[in-house]
Amino acid sequence: MRPAEIGRLRIPARVWLFATVTLTLAPHAMAQPMWLTLFCALLLCWQAYELHAGPLKRARRLVILLLAISAGIAVKLHFGQFFGKDPGVALLAVLLCLKQFELNADRDIRAAVLLSFFLQLALFLNDQTLPVAGLALTGSLIATVTLLSLQDVRANAGQQLRTGGLLLVQALPFLIVLFIAFPRIEGPLWGLPNDAFRATSGLSGTMEPGSISDLSESSAIALRAAFAGPPPPARMRYWRGPVLSQFDGRSWRAVAAGSAAAPRYVTTGPAFDYVLTLEPHNRPWLLALDVTAAGVEHARYANDFQLLATTPVRERRRLALRAYPETPLGPVEPAGLLRMNLQLPAGFNPRTSELVDELTRTAPDPESKVARVLDHFRGGSFIYTLRPPLLGRHSVDEFLFETRRGFCEHFASAFVVMMRAAGVPARVVTGYQGGEVNPVDGVMVVRQSDAHAWAEVWHEGRGWIRIDPTAAANPTRIDGGLAAALPDDAFRPLMMWPALEWLRDMRHQWEALSNAWNEWVLGYNPERQRRLMERFGFEQPDWRTLGALLGGAITILLLGLFGWAMLKERSADPLDRAWAVFCAKLARHALPRHPWEGPLDYAQRLTQALPRHASRIRHITGVYANLRYGPPNPKHVQLARKLLQEIKRLDLK
Amino acid sequence: MALRRIISRMRATVDRLVFRVKGVEPAPIVLGQRRIFVLPTRSGLSYMMALLTMLIASINYNLSLGYALVFLLAGVAVVSIVHAFRNLLQLSIGPGRAEPVFAGESARFRLLVSNDRNRRRPALRLVAAGDRPGDGFDVAARDTHAHTLLRPTSRRGQLALGRVVIETTYPLGLIRAWSILMPDAHCLVYPAPEPLPPPLPANANAGPGRRQAESGDDDFAGLRTHDRADSPRHVAWKVVARDGPMLTKRFSGLAGSDLVLDWSTLPASLDVERRLSRLCAWILAADSQGRAFALQLPGVRIGAAAGSQHVQACLARLALYRENANAPG
Repeated sequence: MRPAEIGRLRIPARVWLFATVTLTLAPHAMAQPMWLTLFCALLLCWQAYELHAGPLKRARRLVILLLAISAGIAVKLHFGQFFGKDPGVALLAVLLCLKQFELNADRDIRAAVLLSFFLQLALFLNDQTLPVAGLALTGSLIATVTLLSLQDVRANAGQQLRTGGLLLVQALPFLIVLFIAFPRIEGPLWGLPNDAFRATSGLSGTMEPGSISDLSESSAIALRAAFAGPPPPARMRYWRGPVLSQFDGRSWRAVAAGSAAAPRYVTTGPAFDYVLTLEPHNRPWLLALDVTAAGVEHARYANDFQLLATTPVRERRRLALRAYPETPLGPVEPAGLLRMNLQLPAGFNPRTSELVDELTRTAPDPESKVARVLDHFRGGSFIYTLRPPLLGRHSVDEFLFETRRGFCEHFASAFVVMMRAAGVPARVVTGYQGGEVNPVDGVMVVRQSDAHAWAEVWHEGRGWIRIDPTAAANPTRIDGGLAAALPDDAFRPLMMWPALEWLRDMRHQWEALSNAWNEWVLGYNPERQRRLMERFGFEQPDWRTLGALLGGAITILLLGLFGWAMLKERSADPLDRAWAVFCAKLARHALPRHPWEGPLDYAQRLTQALPRHASRIRHITGVYANLRYGPPNPKHVQLARKLLQEIKRLDLK
Repeated sequence: MALRRIISRMRATVDRLVFRVKGVEPAPIVLGQRRIFVLPTRSGLSYMMALLTMLIASINYNLSLGYALVFLLAGVAVVSIVHAFRNLLQLSIGPGRAEPVFAGESARFRLLVSNDRNRRRPALRLVAAGDRPGDGFDVAARDTHAHTLLRPTSRRGQLALGRVVIETTYPLGLIRAWSILMPDAHCLVYPAPEPLPPPLPANANAGPGRRQAESGDDDFAGLRTHDRADSPRHVAWKVVARDGPMLTKRFSGLAGSDLVLDWSTLPASLDVERRLSRLCAWILAADSQGRAFALQLPGVRIGAAAGSQHVQACLARLALYRENANAPG
């Protein structure tokens, strides 16, 4: 069937509803548990079959009832409860699928459309990107057409889609006005259920082999930084996350370090001003560039030099920050802290201790111990890989002596263990390293694949010094990022393939667009609204200003729409138009044509009232009557146009 | 009963003051913007409630796109007000013909709904006062749709259609736009024929008193097709005015030999309506037997004749017997 023919089909409301439901549920498939996706897909297939072949006859109600009950039980078993965001969405999805089998009246179809609006909204809880917005817009169009098809049953699909589209296009100005001027309130209005925020990918508070290399395959954006001036060089792009001091032989953990409203350091050296846009990760870490100047609002300065938010980062957050990468950190530390950063679990990694002993026995000072251990990494033919082999109980021993293949967490972990064995206080710092400037909008983008672990060692008088053992083993990791650091034949994510330059260019374009979308659409909050109003010239805008602005704009839009509704369509026939102009002209001279008056009767009345113009009036009405009631004239259109010119020239003064 | 009268009087007042209904309107009735009203329907209200819930959810979870979705859907609802309004605007409605019926049958009023726009107007409904909305109809571009409204009849006479609502819930069923009309439409209601009437009366005055059933000017004796030679004074102009054919009124002198259906011979125990019912039944019986008959009512006499026109004229006499003078005949 050709598209034009499909446009002429009559599509019943049930089929439109099916399209709405499918379009609404499809994007939920990713976020929902597998069994639920399959359940909904099964029901949709069944519904498609019934739309095609008519309802099943036997035991239909019983089967649907059993399905509803078992879905309810499954939701309870899976989520442990019915209340909350995820079980709520799951129940709504089940309900919407089942509702399609119980459509007895128009009212049921309308209820199902409202249900799909709710599910459409629920989609935004997980994802508010541009494609999802486009999907929601399409869903709204099809939902509108579903409602329309209940009323305008005799229209074909093409007409219904056109009318639905017209409704949506005319609604867009209302969307824009309301979006800008509707008084924004910062949520939440009440306590949110515990599961309101999904665990998102990102750093965790612990590190064990594999925890960071998992992240490295994700090109999701972790943060963006728009630098006021030139961005810092690659070797300074360390975005500080959790600092891990406690080692149990396998995993590294953070120790509560305490925090204060002001930093413990005195900033010196070159400064970099930037605006950090942090993607939500449900943790308080702000992942600022080392290290942040004092005076950030709603933030705490941890004693391990991390910048922390006062509440977990649950939505995208923007902060204006200033970094001083060359600030000395913690030249004086309490003895307890240093002791903790020397501790190693007993009974692990015996060969490493021997190696350290061998390497550093003759070293005169802690600095040269560090240098010798680093030399070992440089010369030890270690291979940097995303897919390191699994390690056993003595993970550092196995890495150093057997596998020699590892990712940054292996290098950092091994290095800190070695430093502690040598008696130098050391710890692991996790965070992100690197960042790529998007040439489209000049914003530096840091991805999950830039997640990194490095080490800090403490020297008397100098404080904590950053040492990156990964860089020692593989210097390109720091200068050129992960893609450059991997050997050519190594496994690498798709986006890091050298041949896909054009794909990366497209990604740059797309991410610049997404950044603008995040900033202007998703990030439009009470604060931005206030600033925008001030730019419009409203001083101290409050809800009254917004209300007045909103009322005014909506009135104007409504007047425009009603004007459109009252537009009289011009007749297609030029003769009709000419006659209408003539009658309107005389009506202005208080001589309107009566509805029952023919042209000749009218002319008679006019010539009596306006004797000076009698001949012209008689001529015009005569031509009109001839063209209208006489035999068909091949030059009808030209003559009618000429008549219109004459009518326009007619001066009745 | 009193309560019902109060309600109907209140409704009339509301119609007059709010809906600007000013009694029977001359045709055609063109719907201007001041007489079209819009209000949300029940499903419009549930739509609003749903949007409100979604708005609260968007505020609570700080969903920028949630706001956008709610505002878009609210915009669609607002725009649908204008579309509903536009679907009725400049629609013109005129009364069509309503064939006479017997009391107890449904009167079939035809209303002509004309669309002078280049676009079709879908999903219109015409509802008479007190009726449930029936099926919707569409009017194609620059076309006229004839819609039939059925009204119950209970008594003979001239039945006015009365208050009619034209409404639409196009485009989305969220908004109802309506206008109240009083079209000038009437239906003649004949008396209900008596179900089991006595047989036709025997011809009482057959015999010498009989006059020739020749054409005369005395008594109206029915209608026949017009002949060019007929006097214009005898043309049944009322029929012509109702878009009927050109007919000539036939008059005859006394046709005593024919059957006479006489009011005065009926038993005195019958009241007016039952007499009319019986006469009605007799007229139908005579017509079905193909017999000519005359009708004698107090103050009215219709000469003997046969044929459907004569029957209709007689039935109309019965229908309008002592009806209000203002009811058009």
